[in-house]
Amino acid sequence: MKRFFRRKSSKEIAKDRLKILLISDRVNCSPEMMEMIKADIAKVISKYMKIDAKSMEVQISKTGIKGGRNMKTPTLYANIPIIDLNQ
Amino acid sequence: MSEVIVVTSGKGGVGKTTTSANVGTGLARMGKKVCLIDTDIGLRNLDVVMGLENRIVYNLVDVVEGNCRVKQALIKDKRNPTLYLMPSAQTRDKSAVTPEQMVKMIGHLKEQFDYIILDCPAGIEQGFKNAIAGADRALVVTTPEVSAISYSDSIIGLLEASDFKKIDLALNRLRYDLVKRGDMMSSSDVVDILAIPLIGIVPDDENIVISTNQGEPLVGNGTPAGIAFQNICQRVLGKEVPFMDFQKGISFWTRVTGIFHKV
Repeated sequence: MKRFFRRKSSKEIAKDRLKILLISDRVNCSPEMMEMIKADIAKVISKYMKIDAKSMEVQISKTGIKGGRNMKTPTLYANIPIIDLNQ
Repeated sequence: MSEVIVVTSGKGGVGKTTTSANVGTGLARMGKKVCLIDTDIGLRNLDVVMGLENRIVYNLVDVVEGNCRVKQALIKDKRNPTLYLMPSAQTRDKSAVTPEQMVKMIGHLKEQFDYIILDCPAGIEQGFKNAIAGADRALVVTTPEVSAISYSDSIIGLLEASDFKKIDLALNRLRYDLVKRGDMMSSSDVVDILAIPLIGIVPDDENIVISTNQGEPLVGNGTPAGIAFQNICQRVLGKEVPFMDFQKGISFWTRVTGIFHKV
């Protein structure tokens, strides 16, 4: 149990790495660029409300709303936890 | 109505040839007329796994170049009368065949067979293009490893770009002990990432090594991998087969092997 709390299982690490890798593969966008997009989005939103920039997630996926691979248009998803709405 | 299935993966060594051999043999045992084609020109492989390496007279390159008729190059399997193999040339490179020639040859074979299974070479170059040219359905083989999955994703993208209507995933060499411990991605993790339907899960099984040594596919012989390949064959035919209960399967299997180890 101690081990479980201390670190992520190697499977989780593999899955996370793959997700980032495949997104950049699929849309031809490097992980560095994704980080830059993420930082810029965080900066803009922070102007209006207090957000948890550390746990925000930005993803580009090809899957679209239907969840099938056949949706050809890539979509950018941003998941931004808000700490305080009225800053 | 015949169906042409390409078995592909991108990365080498994940089990394309083993899968081709076992699915081909399995379908033949179910009474289908099956033709296996080794499209890995320059690095023949499938004939060895099938144990037919001594019977080769003509090969795929001879057929497309017109040195022999299609029938002359086909090798009949040792055990299954409805299973044939078209071997690849060892001495030529991949540019010896063009996608158009493959389409023409497969068109010819379609008249005689229910299923044509193409064993695709690793990589995404000429050999891959040849193999997918005549196929209408794909079976993507992967192992639950980061490199194999990332390769598979690219391959799936290429297959979709070539308008494949049916792409299925065969997950090979899964180790349930590692999955249970959280040190290997499970089938649902892999399906999550690759987002194509799962056609089968083949456990990591030492019997595969034995069967390859002997040159005899193990489909349907009661070993964990044999059962898994049998189930894949059923699903290829469109039958609904429940996925094996792996927890139970592995504990039963370790129990059985455990007994043998003690003896």
